[in-house]
Amino acid sequence: MNDSASNPLAPPQSKGAPRSLSIAMLGSGGSGVMTAGQQLLDAAGQAGWYGMMTRSSGPQIRGGEAAALLRLSPQPVETHKGRFDILLAIDWLNADRFVGEITLDSNSVVIGDVGGQVPEAISAMGGRYMELPLSELAKGISGGRPNMVALGALAQLIGLPLEALEKGLTKSLAKKGEAAIAASMAGVRAGIEQASAIPDIPPFRIDANSQRERWSITGNEAAGLGAIRGGIRFVAAYPITPGTEVLEWLAPNLKKVGGVLVQAEDELASINQLIGGSFGGTPSLTATSGPGLALMIESIGLAVASETPVVIVDVMRGGPSTGIPTKSEQSDLNIALYGLHGDAPHIVVAPMSIGDCLFTTQWATHLAETLQTAAIVLSDQSLGQTRALIDRPADIAFVSGGRKITRQAEDFRRYVVNESGVSPMSIPGTPGCQYTADGLEHSPTGTPSSRAEDHIQQLNKRKRKLDRFDYGSHWAKVEGEGDIAVLTWGSSTGPVSEAIDMLAAEGRKVRLVSMRLLLPAQPERLAAALAGVTRTLVVEQCHGAQFYHYLRAHYDLPGELRSMAIPGPLMIRPDDVYSELKAWEHP
Amino acid sequence: MENANSCPSLKPNEYKSGTKPVWCPGCGDYSVLLSITKAMSELNLEPENVALVSGIGCSSRLPAYLNVYGFHAVHGRALPVATGLKVSRPDLTVLAAGGDGDGFSIGGNHFMHACRRNVDMTYIVMDNQVYGMTKGQASPTTDPDWDKSKLTPDGTKINPYYPLVIALASGANFIARASSTDPNGAAKVLVDAIRHPGFSFVHMLSPCVTFRPEQKEWKKMVRPAPVEPTTDAAVAAKRLMTDDNFFLGTLYKGNRPAYQPELKSTVEHLSELEQGFIL
Repeated sequence: MNDSASNPLAPPQSKGAPRSLSIAMLGSGGSGVMTAGQQLLDAAGQAGWYGMMTRSSGPQIRGGEAAALLRLSPQPVETHKGRFDILLAIDWLNADRFVGEITLDSNSVVIGDVGGQVPEAISAMGGRYMELPLSELAKGISGGRPNMVALGALAQLIGLPLEALEKGLTKSLAKKGEAAIAASMAGVRAGIEQASAIPDIPPFRIDANSQRERWSITGNEAAGLGAIRGGIRFVAAYPITPGTEVLEWLAPNLKKVGGVLVQAEDELASINQLIGGSFGGTPSLTATSGPGLALMIESIGLAVASETPVVIVDVMRGGPSTGIPTKSEQSDLNIALYGLHGDAPHIVVAPMSIGDCLFTTQWATHLAETLQTAAIVLSDQSLGQTRALIDRPADIAFVSGGRKITRQAEDFRRYVVNESGVSPMSIPGTPGCQYTADGLEHSPTGTPSSRAEDHIQQLNKRKRKLDRFDYGSHWAKVEGEGDIAVLTWGSSTGPVSEAIDMLAAEGRKVRLVSMRLLLPAQPERLAAALAGVTRTLVVEQCHGAQFYHYLRAHYDLPGELRSMAIPGPLMIRPDDVYSELKAWEHP
Repeated sequence: MENANSCPSLKPNEYKSGTKPVWCPGCGDYSVLLSITKAMSELNLEPENVALVSGIGCSSRLPAYLNVYGFHAVHGRALPVATGLKVSRPDLTVLAAGGDGDGFSIGGNHFMHACRRNVDMTYIVMDNQVYGMTKGQASPTTDPDWDKSKLTPDGTKINPYYPLVIALASGANFIARASSTDPNGAAKVLVDAIRHPGFSFVHMLSPCVTFRPEQKEWKKMVRPAPVEPTTDAAVAAKRLMTDDNFFLGTLYKGNRPAYQPELKSTVEHLSELEQGFIL
């Protein structure tokens, strides 16, 4: 059992956050910290733990400095803590670059190679420093590498069983052959032996239910799987950081299900290829990031006007312009909500965790197809590129109400004005139902029209179909009670949720409302969720407080309102939200 | 028709939707519309199995005037819409159409990459060397000394773009020129183009009687190319580089296979995709 009184490495137990260990591995490019971090995460998963790992590196394509940031826990975790229990550096070159991302305190343990020079900025934060002969031990092993020695040492320190490491290494190094596995395992054993001399750290207790099927997945991979589960069979792709992995996962997997991915010449092409694919009856999706979304905007309006379903996953990064491509920010909210010219009602949704990238992308596909419009999924770099150990996400099947028709229909009018606002959509190949889809305003038959009557009818219809649809409970995650609420969205949900748990452990009730559905706005639902609330803190990772302003524009919010809007590249941490809420309670 | 498998062929007129075009009286595009319907009739295409995609401009209004499936997309983007449609629905006959501004200026990058990608479709560019819908500005194919536009009162002073040369260099699999002044000849070229696998580019001279009335002379200048279509890109290059823009007919027929990924599922159940995630 974990006992923080006797164990300096144990995280503080006083707050209600998941019991967890945060580990940072640093090294220069090529030192293998990412590989070792990945192995540690896999092994933790093999042992029945949960966890997550974020890769942090410089702008270099290869080389430069790198950090693998891990958090391991017997319970699912959805965010990093700012404070790290263990910092292990294979070398200290450029390590001070990570000072903003990694906080240490006197309870932290800092491990370096023998003879290494700990940078002043790191030693100044405190922590017990100890040296291990990482390179020396690696040299004694044929094909041995310091990162594997470090992996063994860390595993020993946190009580990970050797079998879990062996299972993970054997699986991931299978292609490299027996010799590579043997060399790695020899390094791991040397590290374990060396670390055994360090005072023991009691291992986590593994919960009884922890042997359930465990997945290792990134948000970008989860979005890809959600797309396929939602029925996506055509993808047009243009590479962009940090969205590319959605497309790279989809390329081979779409092929397996009889779909196809085309690499387009630019984002203007990719969005329009989607429109073509979807017009042909094939559910279509692309993934991009802010600059790509900006290029696609004109044609997203075409999808809205022509009522052609398309899904765009925007994995947000720091902006504006090229911004900070490898770091997260929630600052594409405005362009996703308001970027389209004209009155163009569409769907904007946001996943609130790595695993939720699957559900939300699947749901977005269902909404786009059912409502014959464009759906933008606002994921971000921190969700997309972080790998997490999660329980297998449930299979959810939506019943499509897409009204696609493939058999001849009497009196077919593609844009007929009806009560639901969703008109029948004939698929090419259907005799007698030919029509021309158009970005020009049109009459119910699709014939271009600039008549006032047609314009108002079609505007009303395109708005009505979104307004009348029942989004059910998926619109938001609403948890807890109390007269203080935190209103947030997307990747900020993780740190907010954990801050609320910390307060709950102190007996303070705070309500959480994280909005998955951002457009169309749901004022009645939010009013019900906030009933009785007197104070609301709005949390977002965005300098311009775009979410706060969106809320002010579309909703009547009760009581006092406060904005906590922090730009990237540093992630919002649970402690930041906790402190903000405490400060508001006791100014 | 020789094709005994399909329904009785439709007459060219039966491919029209009956919607009245917005074009000026005397516009070359009326004749192009006629040629397209003649070609579809000749090929015995069922209207529901044809899709025509266009961009923005006078000639891009074309889909609404046909009773095939149509997509009137945004400016410059006909080719990517057509690409997405054809790749995901290879069973359809896909045509793309538009003007010289739409195809060579704002859509220039897509033109190059559509030629290179070689998806099986036919792209008809109605070239009148002017932006008509915005009331007469110079396009990429306008001569440098044309000074009738308020936007470029001294002429563009830049050389025009040679679409056939670009098409060849970019990898188009079929290159031809036709003229609205010869609708039967144009229909024949279109039949050839649609039949030929891969990306077929038809440069369609189509005068603008409103902003370029001097183009009425084109009917005296066009003439059949005195050569047979070549399959040799080097021969075609010389031919197209020395072309005076008025030779009509099929000029190049390549033999590159069309780009069409196979759409065939190899898994029984979607859960097979999840194997990679399971620890």
